[in-house]
Amino acid sequence: MTSQTAHAEPAEAAIADTTAIAVDVDRVSKIFRGETEVRALDDVSVGIRKNEFFTLLGPSGCGKTTLLRLIAGFEPPTMGAIRLGTRDISRLPPNQRPINTVFQNYALFPHMSVAQNIAFGLEMLGKPKAEVQRTVDEMLRLVRMEELKNRRTSEISGGQQQRVALARALAPHPEVLLLDEPLSALDLKLRKDMQIELKRLQHETGITFIFVTHDQEEALTMSDRVAVMSAGKILQVGRPRDIYERPAERFVANFIGESNFLDATLSGGTVELAAGGRFDVRVPEGVRDGAVSVLVRPEHASVRSGEAAEGETGATVENVVYSGEATVVHLRLATGEAMKIRLANAPQGGEAPPQTGGAAAIRIAPGAVTVLKD
Amino acid sequence: MSAQAETPFPPGALEREAETADTRRRWLLSLPAIAIIVCAAAGPLLVMVIYSFLTPGDYGNVKWEFSLEGWMNTIVQRDIFDDTLIWADAHLSIFWRSFSLSLITTILTLIIGVPTAWFVATQPPGRREFWLFLVTVPFWTNLLVRTIAIQELIRSEGVINLVLLKIGIIDEPLQMMFTDFAIGFGMTYVYLPLMVLPVYAAVDKLDFRLVEAAHDLYASRWTAFRRVILPLIKPGIIAGSILVFVPCLGAYVTPRVLGGGKNLMFGNLIELQFGAGRNWPLGAALSLMLMAAVMVALIFYVRITSREKADG
Amino acid sequence: MAETTTPTPTETAAPALTAPRREPRGYSVRSLPGFAVIAIFTFFALYAPILILVTYSFNAGTSLAIWEGFSLRWYYQAAANEAVQDAAIRSLYLAFCAATIATVAATMAALATTRTRRFPGKTMIYALINQPLMIPEIVTAVALLIVFAAIKVWTGHTSMIYLIAAHTAFCVPFAYLPIRARLETMDNTLETAAQDLYASRWLTFRRVTLPLMWPGIVAGLMLAFVISLDDVVITEFVKSAGQETIPTYMLGQLRRVVTPEVNAISTVILMAGVILVALFFRLTSRRR
Repeated sequence: MTSQTAHAEPAEAAIADTTAIAVDVDRVSKIFRGETEVRALDDVSVGIRKNEFFTLLGPSGCGKTTLLRLIAGFEPPTMGAIRLGTRDISRLPPNQRPINTVFQNYALFPHMSVAQNIAFGLEMLGKPKAEVQRTVDEMLRLVRMEELKNRRTSEISGGQQQRVALARALAPHPEVLLLDEPLSALDLKLRKDMQIELKRLQHETGITFIFVTHDQEEALTMSDRVAVMSAGKILQVGRPRDIYERPAERFVANFIGESNFLDATLSGGTVELAAGGRFDVRVPEGVRDGAVSVLVRPEHASVRSGEAAEGETGATVENVVYSGEATVVHLRLATGEAMKIRLANAPQGGEAPPQTGGAAAIRIAPGAVTVLKD
Repeated sequence: MSAQAETPFPPGALEREAETADTRRRWLLSLPAIAIIVCAAAGPLLVMVIYSFLTPGDYGNVKWEFSLEGWMNTIVQRDIFDDTLIWADAHLSIFWRSFSLSLITTILTLIIGVPTAWFVATQPPGRREFWLFLVTVPFWTNLLVRTIAIQELIRSEGVINLVLLKIGIIDEPLQMMFTDFAIGFGMTYVYLPLMVLPVYAAVDKLDFRLVEAAHDLYASRWTAFRRVILPLIKPGIIAGSILVFVPCLGAYVTPRVLGGGKNLMFGNLIELQFGAGRNWPLGAALSLMLMAAVMVALIFYVRITSREKADG
Repeated sequence: MAETTTPTPTETAAPALTAPRREPRGYSVRSLPGFAVIAIFTFFALYAPILILVTYSFNAGTSLAIWEGFSLRWYYQAAANEAVQDAAIRSLYLAFCAATIATVAATMAALATTRTRRFPGKTMIYALINQPLMIPEIVTAVALLIVFAAIKVWTGHTSMIYLIAAHTAFCVPFAYLPIRARLETMDNTLETAAQDLYASRWLTFRRVTLPLMWPGIVAGLMLAFVISLDDVVITEFVKSAGQETIPTYMLGQLRRVVTPEVNAISTVILMAGVILVALFFRLTSRRR
């Protein structure tokens, strides 16, 4: 119980000094012992800052929900510590943690009205009646549900249930709000609206939000910072833009957006692609000179018909797929590597995209090449 | 990995604490139920084991002297060299009656129970609840009352004889009461719902697309029934058979009312030892025998239902 | 899923088609010839004896065979019979005590044994609770006779406590059944949510678990009540002198000259049973 934090990334630690930490997950492991032992969380450390919209992003089974349940106190960690600020809360039962949860299925009490649901937490905290009443009204206004306060929770729509669940969790004004894939049950249109609504609520209440999702777009649009998880580990923590443009590993790059992985050789601060072309790059820590794998996002390169000129890479067009706002061109490089490039579609009559079977020239934007750790 | 020195507790300690507390809480919650059942159901069964090894008292009850007589008197039946041969015959015929009547009852309930269950399960959802309710009501109504109803029916002056006499099929009332027929008839009536309900559950789960597939592959209705439906609802049929057979084996009220003093079944034989027979150790031994027989059937049942669960 | 078309068996001479015979309309793989007939017969056979019993309870004559007109005579006679009154009150008292205690114990046990990982002893607790269901009643009855007889001799105490204990024991698994079923359909996250919203263990139970499992508890109570009221075997062996319940009283009457009085009592028990079962059905089938 000595040092306060043991964060994996140095950049992380540097910022953590200046910003107050709300939730400090310190080398937490969770092992489920059933017929087989499942390591749901494997030595995870992360610091979530005050007033931050923090997202845990990963495929199902990556441990993100387990981490949420540990923070909420529904399950004890096998190892490690969870702190609220600097206070160790590993031993506190969930009803003594100033943390509330919005459940994936909302978990609204079916035998209570909307208002009674929202009042529940306040009543449990022993708040005076008048204050409960006032806060409930305030919450109803906040989530725009004033007219439905006396309805039963089974009588309102999915989107409305979602808002009640939010109001119920926000009413006691917790230090941290946990959201476990709360938007997954909503249809696309409603989900978009709720994304904006959630952002607004977080802004208005100033509460730290920890949001769990497997939807990368949701994570990128809503979060201040995102942690990408896989197989019980946090692979990378960063701002959405960093995660997208500077993924540390192949998994992160692959999970978020579309990727081209190309072989290259690193020497000094420069990579030379096997298919041709030299680029200045930022070299991640721990990567040595020699053969490396680099990432180029499909929209960070352009392609035209014809032979490659200076600074361009030659390729053959294998397929051209039109998809509304963009056209994706599938190419085969001289090295045999596959690459796809996304071209924004101009109005008809503009420059035609390359034709299948023809020769093409690729131009990769400077700064578009990212060296991956693995 | 480096040491977990920063952890404020040893690895896994919180989980163990939580699990221990949880287990303790669950045991405490179960305690009242356990206490009641141990005191007034399970415990006395163990005491009965002791009693089966004691000597009968002169006016019922027991003398606290060890004896194998109780068990002998049940097993001895097969021993031709023993001088209690006459008793052996009586026991043997009662065992046989219990077994054969239980079997016949099971077969009868099967013959009428399976079509009934099928009928209920294939009703449209709205009406199904109603039919199911009709099956369930007799199941929960008083067993004695239902037995009395059968008695009303088959007595010498009962409705069946009345009708038969009136039509002129018979000249004098048939003696149906106090026969094995009466017991079998009564038990079939009383335990029929126990067959219908599990078979219903099996048919209800049946995927009718499989039956359609059989028809599609040129099976007639009966072939489809025999080759597709029957194998699929077999677990329900076996469950129902055991659920009927077991209480028949231990039946007491129905044979007592409908069978009278002569046509005893296992349960009545046990009672006899605690009444006129005044042989408690024998009664205890017989009880334990019955219990063992029932247990064998139930273990069979559990194995079948657990296999069914594993399949589905 | 289930079709809405009426299942009319079109077993009439189907035209000899060559390929797979898909009969045009009303063809249903759900109908099997003869099954409906047997089923209807079964329902007739299930209810006819009961209806005859009920009918004769309204017979004006002493005979159990010849109908002499409608009368409530046997009901009045049964109601005026002190032995019947006594037994009825005892039956109700016994059922009330046994069902109540059994339901409380079963509720606690159901909470302990459902919605959980395997904990040490779970199988044993489960087996114990269901034990009374698995042993033939006559065996339990005899075992109780042995033990309670010894206790009665030893203490000289012969109150209703023995009957209440015996009834409570075999009522526990029946009360347990619907409560457990209810708990298993309940959403676990509701209680997690309550704890998340600062409710202690007790408050979570009182404010969330109990209201949600309430229909199951009421159903269990009713079931236990009916089971206790109906019991004859165990009661017959455990009761002390002068502790007749309605079923043992009736069983005793059957040995003598039977009058329609027994039919009248049976009818009343039947009606009470049907009403309770109907209520039970409503409680357990309505999902909320």
